[in-house]
Amino acid sequence: MDSDLIVQILFAAVKTGTPLLFIALGEVICEKSGVLNLGQEGMMLMGAVVGFLAAYGTGSAGLGVLAAMIMGCIMSLIFAVLVLHLGANQVATGLALTIFGTGLSAFIGSGVVGQTIQGFQPIAIPLLSDIPFLGRILFSHDILVYTSFAMTFILMFVIYKTRIGLTLTAVGENPHAANAIGIKVLRVRYLAVMFGGVMAGISGAYMSLVYTPMWVENMTAGRGWIALALVVFASWRIGRIMLGAYLFGIASIMHLVLQGLGWSISPNLLAMLPYVATVIVMVIISADKFKEKLLAPRSLGKTFDPRQMA
Amino acid sequence: MILIQARTEPSSLMKVASPLLAIALTLIFGCVLFSAIGKSPIQALHVLLIAPLADSYNIGEMFVKMGPLLLCAVGLSLCYRANLWNIGAEGQLLAGALGGSAMALYFGDSDSILALPITLLAGIASGMIWAAIPTYLKLRFNSNLILTTIMFNYIGLYLLIWAVHGPLRDPQGFGFPESAMFSDTTLLPTLFESSRIHLGIVFAIISAFIAWFILSKSHLGFQIRVFGSDEPAAKYAGFSSRKLSWMVMLFAGALAGLAGVSETTGPIGQLVPNVSPGYGYSAIIVAYLGRLNPLGAILAAVFMAVLYMGGDLAQIEMGIPVAVVSMFQGVLLFFLLACDFFINNRLAFSNKATN
Repeated sequence: MDSDLIVQILFAAVKTGTPLLFIALGEVICEKSGVLNLGQEGMMLMGAVVGFLAAYGTGSAGLGVLAAMIMGCIMSLIFAVLVLHLGANQVATGLALTIFGTGLSAFIGSGVVGQTIQGFQPIAIPLLSDIPFLGRILFSHDILVYTSFAMTFILMFVIYKTRIGLTLTAVGENPHAANAIGIKVLRVRYLAVMFGGVMAGISGAYMSLVYTPMWVENMTAGRGWIALALVVFASWRIGRIMLGAYLFGIASIMHLVLQGLGWSISPNLLAMLPYVATVIVMVIISADKFKEKLLAPRSLGKTFDPRQMA
Repeated sequence: MILIQARTEPSSLMKVASPLLAIALTLIFGCVLFSAIGKSPIQALHVLLIAPLADSYNIGEMFVKMGPLLLCAVGLSLCYRANLWNIGAEGQLLAGALGGSAMALYFGDSDSILALPITLLAGIASGMIWAAIPTYLKLRFNSNLILTTIMFNYIGLYLLIWAVHGPLRDPQGFGFPESAMFSDTTLLPTLFESSRIHLGIVFAIISAFIAWFILSKSHLGFQIRVFGSDEPAAKYAGFSSRKLSWMVMLFAGALAGLAGVSETTGPIGQLVPNVSPGYGYSAIIVAYLGRLNPLGAILAAVFMAVLYMGGDLAQIEMGIPVAVVSMFQGVLLFFLLACDFFINNRLAFSNKATN
């Protein structure tokens, strides 16, 4: 394998990993507050279709991303009201959000299937893109990829170095104690869930505005679910999510790589790779029961009712 | 002043009324939606709910769709009762379709009377295998059941697509990704002359009654219920969570596998890439709508089958995209979860503002 091919593969891994990075960053914040939102796939699809429709209608990819963010946020609010206010089961509500989003996105997008738009163009960052090897892998992408880099570092700072991060962690670890010291638990969780929705929206927009760029029914192909596994893989740590996203990126383009190397394996079998890889990774990470219990936010998935104070 | 108060006892009236209320709210939502896109809401409701039951052919088709929905939902009801979040009915159904079809094709034109039973058993076994892998991974490696079962849905789908493009493709099929048609000995008999209703619906209803019996009359069912409501108590009582997980997951996998093989040996008659229009996912909604009670699932499956039929008719007659069905399913579950809030809470009216 020559170095040019390696650069191409790693470049593609970053591009393929970017939607996973966006959505997993959103979900990790949500889970850190103690809320498990299984509606990622539905929010992402809605972001993808609304982003595409807005960009198609206005001719501006930027407005498309904005619309996708708003849509993702609205979707997450449906979830938040049911789970946080009405105490609905988080697993069931998340599934409902995914089923709803899958249907609604196909419904409103049926008119623009097959249409194409002018998505974001790559921008090579001066100087940085001239770095041998890394320059072409990391700094010759479009603006959304750079946004995902920035988001990762901002979140690392906010979560690990600021009071906001402490508050979020406190709510996720022990909502009753957090409530006792005056933190508005439900407000924090609302904000965390909405942040997750916005990020899922951007992630969807990346799929329909950059990655393909077009709208096809169910185009996210399980990425919302893979992102949930990615959060487990990363043990709820921001930095590892970035690493994991690119590793999953490589797994999802592996079929192209193998075909490029001249291996004759059925493309349908190779299409299983990202899902098989997800299962294997989950097994390896979760095998150590003690470790996972230590790392997962302790109140994850549990309903908090401020009326029932212990 | 309207206040929300916690009930001292969960309301048994709301437990029954909540699904009905959710269905009514979903229909209202549908009317608003159809008005918004410029379609007549009355006509839309007629197409969605009345037309599917308007003639005997349509009623037959409703039962054809109800079979796989009910089979999957019955298994899921038991899983969710035991707090096992199996989202993998779709994959288990596809595995059943694949395994059963391979067996049916193996029998070919054989006139053995065992051909059909063995084909069905192959489908059931395949569904069980597809449920067993995530169960094993959960029990042995503590991996998340929700995510592994979802991943196995995708893996099963691509395995099936690979099979119809490769080893199971009809050599005389002009390259279409489909298997050969099964011979009559491996087809499920239909129940009536002029309809496609087949034995699958009988399997489904029998399975619902068996599951109801297990859940409410047997010691195993008692264990499931204790595990679901109070896991520490179940462990204290010495119930084995491992054994229970295996039993419930394999039962659900077997039923989903049977649903899959009943589709290919029933109305379809061959293996095709789109065996299931998302039955395994819809069954999650059916299970919830039926209150995680296997007998409740029968009624819920009727409603869901009507909705599926209505979606097809709405596309043909009114040009409404068929995706509207899964959107309604999501809305229905939202409303159901919201209405369930009032099982444990109630609205109280008071004249003076308190607190």
